[in-house]
Amino acid sequence: MSNYLLETKNLSISFGGLKAAQDVNLKITKNELYGLIGPNGAGKTTVFNMLTGVYRPTSGEFFLDGENLTGKSAIDINRRGIARTFQNIRLFSNMSVIDNVLVGMSNQSKCGIFASIFRLPSYYRTEKELREKARALLDVFGLDGERRTLASNLPYGKQRKLEIARALATNPKLLLLDEPAAGMNPQETAELMETIRFIRDHFDMTVLLIEHDMSLVSGICDELTVLNFGTTLAQGSVSDVLHNPEVVRAYLGDE
Amino acid sequence: MTTPVSAPEKKKFRLKYYINYLLVGAFFLIFLIMDMTMGLRTSSVQLLVKIAYSIILAVSLNMVVGFLGELSLGHAGFMCVGAYIGCFCANYLHKVIPSPLVVLILAMLIGGVVAAVFGFLIGLPTLRLKGDYLAIATLAFGEIVRTVFKNLNAFGGALGLTTKRYDNSLYIIAFLVVLFTLFVTQNLKRSKHGRAIEAIRDNEIAARAMGVNVTYYKLMVFIIAAFFAGVAGVIYGHLVTPVSNTFFSFNYSIEILVMVVLGGMGNVSGSIIAATLLTFINVQLTTQLSGDMAALKYLIYALILIAMVLWNNAPALRDVREKFSLHRLLAFLNRKLHPAAETPDAPEIADWDKIPTKIPMDALLSTDIKPDHTFEADKPEKPSK
Amino acid sequence: MSTLVNGLCLGGIYALIALGYTMVYGIAKMLNFAHGDIIMIGAYAIISTLSLTGNTLAAIIAAIIICTLLGVLTERLAYRPLRGASPLAVLITAIGVSYLLQSIAQLIFGAQSITVEIGSLNAVNVLGVSIPVSSLITLALCVVIMTALTLFITKTKLGCAMLAVSEDRAAAQLMGINTNMIITLTFAIGSALAAFASTFYLMQIPSATPTLGSMPGIKAFTAAVIGGIGSIPGAMIGGILLGVIEKFALSVPALAPYTTAIEFGLLIIILLVKPTGLLGKKRREKV
Repeated sequence: MSNYLLETKNLSISFGGLKAAQDVNLKITKNELYGLIGPNGAGKTTVFNMLTGVYRPTSGEFFLDGENLTGKSAIDINRRGIARTFQNIRLFSNMSVIDNVLVGMSNQSKCGIFASIFRLPSYYRTEKELREKARALLDVFGLDGERRTLASNLPYGKQRKLEIARALATNPKLLLLDEPAAGMNPQETAELMETIRFIRDHFDMTVLLIEHDMSLVSGICDELTVLNFGTTLAQGSVSDVLHNPEVVRAYLGDE
Repeated sequence: MTTPVSAPEKKKFRLKYYINYLLVGAFFLIFLIMDMTMGLRTSSVQLLVKIAYSIILAVSLNMVVGFLGELSLGHAGFMCVGAYIGCFCANYLHKVIPSPLVVLILAMLIGGVVAAVFGFLIGLPTLRLKGDYLAIATLAFGEIVRTVFKNLNAFGGALGLTTKRYDNSLYIIAFLVVLFTLFVTQNLKRSKHGRAIEAIRDNEIAARAMGVNVTYYKLMVFIIAAFFAGVAGVIYGHLVTPVSNTFFSFNYSIEILVMVVLGGMGNVSGSIIAATLLTFINVQLTTQLSGDMAALKYLIYALILIAMVLWNNAPALRDVREKFSLHRLLAFLNRKLHPAAETPDAPEIADWDKIPTKIPMDALLSTDIKPDHTFEADKPEKPSK
Repeated sequence: MSTLVNGLCLGGIYALIALGYTMVYGIAKMLNFAHGDIIMIGAYAIISTLSLTGNTLAAIIAAIIICTLLGVLTERLAYRPLRGASPLAVLITAIGVSYLLQSIAQLIFGAQSITVEIGSLNAVNVLGVSIPVSSLITLALCVVIMTALTLFITKTKLGCAMLAVSEDRAAAQLMGINTNMIITLTFAIGSALAAFASTFYLMQIPSATPTLGSMPGIKAFTAAVIGGIGSIPGAMIGGILLGVIEKFALSVPALAPYTTAIEFGLLIIILLVKPTGLLGKKRREKV
C-alpha cells in the first residue's frame, strides 16, 4: 500500500500511431499542490482526460488512495473522489450559478425520484440541506451574491471560479485544475493563487494543476512534472525542475 | 464548510410555479361550468378531449426535446403502443368490471406502463446515439410499431382496433390527467433530478465529470415521456373508434413536435398554449377544408417550424431577438414600476425559456470560451505568453 | 434471380439518394431531411415537362435544373442562417422544409397520383431471366455517376476543398477556402443526383404523389448510415444492400407486410452495433 494520494504507473495512451502520453509516472502526496507543465501539445490535458475517465489508457494504471481506478467510467471516478475543471470552460451555461454547484452536489443526497415528484418530506429536507451547503461554498468564492445569475452571464474570471466551486461540490479527494489562470491578468492570477492555497488549507485538498503561467507555478506548486511530446522530461521540486537545462531547452528551443 | 451563510433563503410564493396549473384549471373550469349550466355539444367535448391529449403529448415530448435536449421523432409510436394495448385490455376488462371509469383508469395505467416499457427497451440501446442518429432511430421505431400493429390480426389488422367509446364526461378525466402530467413533469424539473437532466442538456461531458449518471437520467426522461404518450393514446382510443394505425404515422410525431417548437422548446406553458391553439385550428381546418386544400394545414406547420427555429436560433438575429425579447420587456416594466428596486434576478431554477442548445461541436473545436458580450468591460486582457 | 436484379435496381436508386445524404452530412454536418422531397419535386418536374414537350431528354434536363436550384435555394434560405446554431435547430428546420415542399406540391398537383410513361419498358433476356431495359439503364448509370463523383472528389481541386471542409470547417476557412460556397456546391450536387434518382424512380414506378419522396428518402438515409455516413462507396454498398433486402423481403409472403419494419430494424441494429456504419470513420469529441 503506497502512501501517495495519487499514483500513476506508466500511464500511456496512443491514438492510432500517435503516442499522446507515454509512461507518465506521478506520485502526489496528500495535501500537496502539484504542477503539470509543458509546451502546447505535450499531453497534459490528455493525462487529465485519462485520470478522469474521458479516455481509457492504452496501458498503465493509476491509483487514488491505493484504489485502482484505471478503466473506470468518468462518473465512477468522480464518485471515488477525483474532480476537475476544463481548459475551455464547460459550465452548465443555461443554469443559474447555484444550480451549477447543486448539480455537483447531487450525489450527496439520497432523495429518490418518487420522493421528488410527490414532494415527500425527505425532498424538502435534502433540498434545504444542499442549498445551504451550496451557498456556503459559493460564499468562499465570493459568488453567493450572484447565485441566481445565469452561469453564462458571469464575467470570465468568475466563470473560472465557479468551475472550481462546482468541482469542489462533488466532495473530491483530488482536484484537477486545467489551466486555471488562462486568460487572466496578473492581478487576477495573484488572486487565483490565493484561492488555490485557500482551497488546499480550508478543504484539506490535494491539487494537481496544469498551467502555463510560470509565476503561478513557481509561486504555489510544491512539486512539478514536465511533459514534452507525451514523455516525462523532468520531475521534482520546483526550483530543480525550472533550472533543468532540458526543460529550458524544451521551452525556449535550442541555441 | 463552516462559513456562515449571509442571509437565509426566504420561502416565497412564486406565481410561475403554479401558472400552468392555473392556466389549465381555468380553461377546464370554464367548460365544466358551461357543461353544468347548459350542457356541451358532443363536438365540443370531442374538441376538449383532443386538446387534453395534445397537451399531454406536447408536454411529455417537451421533456425530451426541451428539457433533455434530444430529438425524438417517435412520440406517436409510444402513443400507438398505449392506444392499442390499453384499449385492447379495456375491451376485455369491460366484460369483468361494470364501471367504465374503473376500466378507463386501469386501461390508462396498463397502456402507459406498456408504453414506458417500450420507452425503456428502445431507450436502453438507442440513447447511446446522439442528435440526428437518435432522431432517425426513434423515427424508425415509430414506423416499426405502426407496421407491426397494422399486421397483427388480434388488434384488428389494417382496419384498426374497435373500441368502446366513453361517454361525454371523458373530457373531465382527460383534464385531470393533464393536471397530473403537469404535476409530475414540473416537480421533477424542480428537483435535483431535474437539475441533473438540465446539466446533461447544457454540457454532457461536464455532467459526466460531475458524477451525473447520464444514461440513467436520459432513460428516465424517455420512460416518463413514453408513459404519458401511452396514457394519451388510451384517452384517444376512448374517443375515437376504431383505433387505426394510420393515425400514428410519422406525420403525427411531427405535429406534436410543431406544438413543442411553437410553444418554445423547454417552455411548459408555451407547450400548453400551442397544443390548445394548434388542435383547435387543426379541427377547424379539417372541417372547413376539403380535398387537396387540406395540405394548407401542413403548409402552416412547415412555416411555423421554419420561422420559429430561424427566429430563435439564427446567430445573425441575436441582437434583434434580444431587443424584442419578453424578458427585456418584463425587465423594462419592472424598472418603470419600481424605480428603486434592484435589477431582477435570474430565476433560481435556470429558466426553460432559453432555447436549450447543446454546444455545437464546430464552435467548440474552433473557438475558446467567449464571455457574454454584455460584459465586455469586465473581460480581462489575455496576457501574452 | 429476377428478385436480385430488381433489388439491385431499387438499390441503385437508394444508393443515388444516399449519395446526396452522405455528401451533405459529411460536409455540412446536417441531416437534410428534405432531400427525399427534392426527388418528389424532380418527379413532378419531369412529368410536367413531358406533358408539355413530349421530349424525355428535355424533361430530365428540366428536372436537374429545378432540383439543383431548389437545393441551393433551401440551403441559402433555411440552413445557412442557422450555421453555428445547435444541430437540433437545423434538423427541425430541415423537417419543416420537407413539409413545406410536400404541401406545396399537393396544393399544385393534388394528392392523387399522376401517372406517366417514360422510357422504353421492353425486357431483354439475360441468361434466361427477363430484365426490363430501364432497370439495366438505372444500374449502369448509377455506377457511372458514382465513379464520376468519386473521381471528382479525389482528383479535383474543388473536391479536395470539399474534403477539407468536411474534416475541419474552421481550419478550411483559415486556409482560404470559401466554406459557404463549398457547402452550396455540395447541396447543388446532391440535388442534381436527386433529379437522376427521380428519373430512375419514374422508370420503375411511373406515377407520382406529393409524399413520393419521404419513404425512399428515409430509407436512403438508412442506407447511408448502414454504409457509413460520409463515405461514397459506403452509400453505394448500403443502398444496394437495402434495395436487395427490400425486394427479397417483399418476395416472401410471410415477411412482405413487415418489409418496412425489417429495414428500420436493420437500421437500429446497425446504429447500435456499429454507429459509424460499414465504412465510416470514427470521430472523437475533443475535451
